[in-house]
Amino acid sequence: MAISFLLDGKRIDLDTVDPTGSVLDFLRTQLRRTGTKEGCAEGDCGACTVLVGTLEASDRVQWRALNSCIQFLPMLHGKALMTVESLAHDGVPNPLQACMAANGSSQCGFCTPGFVMSLHGRAIGATGCELPVEDVIAGNLCRCTGYGPILEAAQEVSVLAQNDAAVIAQLAEIEGGAASGEWEGRRWFAPRSADALASLCREYPNATLVAGATDVGLWITKGLKALETAIFIGDIAELATIEATDEALFLGANVRHADAHAALAQLHPDLGELWRRFAALQIRNAGTIGGNIANGSPIGDGPPALIALGAQLKLRSTEGTRTLPLEDFFLDYGKQDLREGEFVAGVRIPRPASGTVIHIAKLSRRFDSDISAVCGAFALTLEKGDVACARVAFGGMAATPRRAAACEAALVGQPFTQETMALAASALREDFTPLDDVRGSADYRLAAGGNLLHRLWLRAQGNSVAVLDLEALDG
Amino acid sequence: MADRDPSCDLGARVLAKPSHPHESAHLHVTGQARYTDDLAEPADMLHLCFGQSSEAHARIVSMDLEAVRQAPGVHSVYTAADIPAANDVAPVAHDDPLLAEDEVVSHGQALFLVAGTSRDAARRAARLAKIEYEPLDAAITSAQARAANSLIEPTQRMARGDAGATLASAPHRAKGAFEMGGQDHFYLEGQIAVATPGEDGAVHIVSSTQHPSEVQHLVAHMLGLSSADVTVEVRRMGGAFGGKETQAALFAAAAALVAARTGRPAKLRCDRDDDMVMTGKRHPFEVAYEVGYDEEGHLLALSLFLSSTCGASVDLSPAINDRAMFHADNCYYLPNVEIVSERLKTNTVSATAFRGFGGPQGMLAIERILDDVATRLGRDPLEVRLANLYAAGRSETPYGMEIKDNIAPEIIARLRETARYDARNKAIHAFNAQSPVLKRGIALTPVKFGISFTTTHLNQAGALVHVYADGSIQVNHGGTEMGQGVYVKVAQVVADVFGVPLGTIRCTATRTDKVPNTSATAASSGADLNGMAAFNAASTIKARLVDFLSRTYACTPEDVTFGPEGVQAGAARLTFGEVARRAQIGRVSLSSTGFYATPDIAYDRAAHKGRPFYYFSYGAAVSEVAVDMLTGEHKVLAVDILHDVGASLNPAIDKGQIEGGFVQGQGWLTTEELVWDAQGRLLTHSPATYKIPTASDRPKRLTIELWDGQNVEPTINRSKAVGEPPFMLAISVFSALNRAVGACVPEARCLPPLDAPATPEKVLAAISGHRKEDAAA
Repeated sequence: MAISFLLDGKRIDLDTVDPTGSVLDFLRTQLRRTGTKEGCAEGDCGACTVLVGTLEASDRVQWRALNSCIQFLPMLHGKALMTVESLAHDGVPNPLQACMAANGSSQCGFCTPGFVMSLHGRAIGATGCELPVEDVIAGNLCRCTGYGPILEAAQEVSVLAQNDAAVIAQLAEIEGGAASGEWEGRRWFAPRSADALASLCREYPNATLVAGATDVGLWITKGLKALETAIFIGDIAELATIEATDEALFLGANVRHADAHAALAQLHPDLGELWRRFAALQIRNAGTIGGNIANGSPIGDGPPALIALGAQLKLRSTEGTRTLPLEDFFLDYGKQDLREGEFVAGVRIPRPASGTVIHIAKLSRRFDSDISAVCGAFALTLEKGDVACARVAFGGMAATPRRAAACEAALVGQPFTQETMALAASALREDFTPLDDVRGSADYRLAAGGNLLHRLWLRAQGNSVAVLDLEALDG
Repeated sequence: MADRDPSCDLGARVLAKPSHPHESAHLHVTGQARYTDDLAEPADMLHLCFGQSSEAHARIVSMDLEAVRQAPGVHSVYTAADIPAANDVAPVAHDDPLLAEDEVVSHGQALFLVAGTSRDAARRAARLAKIEYEPLDAAITSAQARAANSLIEPTQRMARGDAGATLASAPHRAKGAFEMGGQDHFYLEGQIAVATPGEDGAVHIVSSTQHPSEVQHLVAHMLGLSSADVTVEVRRMGGAFGGKETQAALFAAAAALVAARTGRPAKLRCDRDDDMVMTGKRHPFEVAYEVGYDEEGHLLALSLFLSSTCGASVDLSPAINDRAMFHADNCYYLPNVEIVSERLKTNTVSATAFRGFGGPQGMLAIERILDDVATRLGRDPLEVRLANLYAAGRSETPYGMEIKDNIAPEIIARLRETARYDARNKAIHAFNAQSPVLKRGIALTPVKFGISFTTTHLNQAGALVHVYADGSIQVNHGGTEMGQGVYVKVAQVVADVFGVPLGTIRCTATRTDKVPNTSATAASSGADLNGMAAFNAASTIKARLVDFLSRTYACTPEDVTFGPEGVQAGAARLTFGEVARRAQIGRVSLSSTGFYATPDIAYDRAAHKGRPFYYFSYGAAVSEVAVDMLTGEHKVLAVDILHDVGASLNPAIDKGQIEGGFVQGQGWLTTEELVWDAQGRLLTHSPATYKIPTASDRPKRLTIELWDGQNVEPTINRSKAVGEPPFMLAISVFSALNRAVGACVPEARCLPPLDAPATPEKVLAAISGHRKEDAAA
């Protein structure tokens, strides 16, 4: 048996699977469960949202909302799947569905199953459900309603009972261990230990490592690529540890962004805010800390912040482990300091010393579920009113996430004043020659990126400087 | 015939509050509502994919499709040469080929069509073509098109009075210019069609289209068939917004071509990115103006230049640009006015219908002009707006139509009060005075939107109502359901005629073989036209029943009444089911068509004069925003809306249209930015780069009240159209953003140079530009 999973209390065993076949296509074309819709096939609209449950600590199922359009079938192995068809019993809609039907939450109805699943997840305590409801559904686009009735329904039906006893028993029966297979000459593996992964990486140095598939998914759905060898690493539990000590936070490569959120927010509120706006919940539920780094994107949201905080990257292979400053990992566009057979194992983020002034800001066209035009991160250590040490890193300004050496030099040893900030902002022009592209012009990136230093200074003086903190005036 | 006036006394029963939910709501939430892609696929279904042009403008030297044909899973490949008759999917001008012949005129244009045994196989194969092009000069930008004098039709002029002379003598004059972007529809269900061959050459097409009749006619012409050979069906669309008015024909024709050629069912479901590249969008506009005004801000003369980028073909651009001209007055009297409308032809995908249909662009122009005048005079923009409203003796539009239903002054006055505009305006001034980095702005803008297709003959609709012998009823009409609730509204109308519960009625899919020769469900007209046609159909049946019952029970027709308690005929009381059964036994026809044509409209396009609209829908909104002067980030904090839907057929559905329209308009003016590169390739072709509003963009405080009046014209239930007008309420957001940005130099007597959409980048540029303008002044 290649993979096994649960759907509505039924175990589905597949002898052989297309390793890059999507869960969405499987639902719609194999099972003819057409309630789950394809809106974009790139994880941006949420019409395909399903809930996937994993057995945790052998007595609990943790449900997560995921975009089924970019979930590959092998990733379902050993898990439970819930779709919009799962919710009604004997043709009677569940209370959330009934409320949404009655209150105008649907117009054209095409996005509705996705919203139902996100909000159902919220009501049964799925990952991330503690966030404000707007954040829970930031990855669900509706073009008709303006969202009002949907938000209302979420308030109306915010808790639903979920009895997972049967699912727990059935999941325990599934041998959710390592899996592998072949499909039309293409190999795939789903190891369950870091050692097994290291061996596979040595054996297949050109294999594609797939953690959450939030990027690789698009290589398939949009790029129509075929992966010669795919290694699904997302369920290697030992790479998913979160260790918080007095000195640092260690995040294993497999920690989902949604699971890292609380620990990062505890490290600094700006990290919490950055991760709140990091893609959307369905993506944070799939994408991993390690994947976001290993991917090497110049506009990934994680690296600039982690670089500014002095993060160390842990790499591993059959030869052992090595550690390097995160900024040194990014060599050039699409090129990382990753040796043959090596994989990202985790990242260690030192806890900022008290008195460190930190500001992390993501600038994008839309606040939620967007990619940065500029992502700026600053960590300044102050001593007697002077900047003793400065770490400044940017995304969206160069071919890689990078520190701003000239900017840092303009800060260090200078008094912590508005004038110093202005000089440091100008120095960014020495550090970066950004591109004009679809997300922003070079001018905007430099101007707004520089202004973030001014904002940092204003914040340090105790000023509130975020439009998101404002409410309407009563007059 | 109708025993009563449909416009007066509906509302007693099923039209009463509380509102009925959308007829498919229970199916939407359970995933049981079937969209085109959800229908069961026959085993021999072929799946299609277009091969697209990589060039914006080029001659096709050669197309080598051998690798495409040889690719795994490919059944067949089609080019223009395989089209039996007309290679045309254009609505009006016969200038949109289904498949390119010798020349491509926009990037992404369809070149060939692959039919495969799976969608994946067809998509993969489509990328294997080797096309040799000879590049031709391309006009990508408006400037390039203008320089080449490239137009889709001659520049149009609408005028009244003497704008030139009055400008010269006006106490104040101002010039300005700004731009607004286009908009992708981003319907959640992409373009799709399934064609199934029938016997003897017939074709049946399930198409996600707002215009089944047009798809029918185009497919017939393309295949060399008659209209009677082609049936088009649409049960529901997953959103449309104008994007499936003409644009659906390309996909339906492709599916029909393959079905006709192979004898196998064929489906084309377009990938999201391909959809965004290949289908038309809202027209971007450039606006330039010179305005003359007095000390109080009365507009004395306006010379307005509207230039739109129409893309590579005519599509509906003439009517869309006309509607921009029609709405360049909005609620304001323009005594001396000249509106010049340039329609540029570019090598980009042809722009098309989108909610508002040019109206938003014209309206944004005049609202910005009023903001400009107010800023220059140092007056509150609302005062300047009030000074210019249509009023007695100042009530003729630039196109010569007398406004008889002007409720804008009352709506504005009430909203000003309920939204506490004055107090908040004052509080915002105080806030801005002490807040250097965060600035707020507030604005109240009104909407007056003309209802009717401005192409007069389109204002007609048909319906077909069947009463079955068990008393159940099927309703069918030419309106298509795209989420706007036209099915439930029309069903309510029919239920009301027979006095039966709404559950008695089944709405059936819109089909060209049930109701022929329909107009597009567009121009907000769906419920107005089809509601009245269905009323007429139902009333015909009812009149037969009344006649039958009065004969059977020996009473007068006046003694026959239909109501929730049943049917009363003299002394007899029957259920509606009993009546239907007896009527069938009594050999009474229980089926009827109904027809409606909007009265009293006429327009002379050559002169741009006439009465193009049956009536106007009104509304107004107050928006409060905040802007970050360091980053250009901004947030809509609160919105209060008062909107006129006449005597609503369904207040909950109408409020849904208002909220959805507003938020969509907000997206147009803030986050939704279309970016093309110099080669004419759309860079924002996916939701990763093209950003429609999310739940958190919806203002935290959003109040919507319905105006409590009724339509002065005898429309169905005296209701008013609601689809498009609320979209333009979002102009208040743009106006408020201007005021917030302007607050960075409060003493400046000019408007910040802000273009739409007001992305953070554009806002930051406007802040910097405003400071420079002020320094230069």
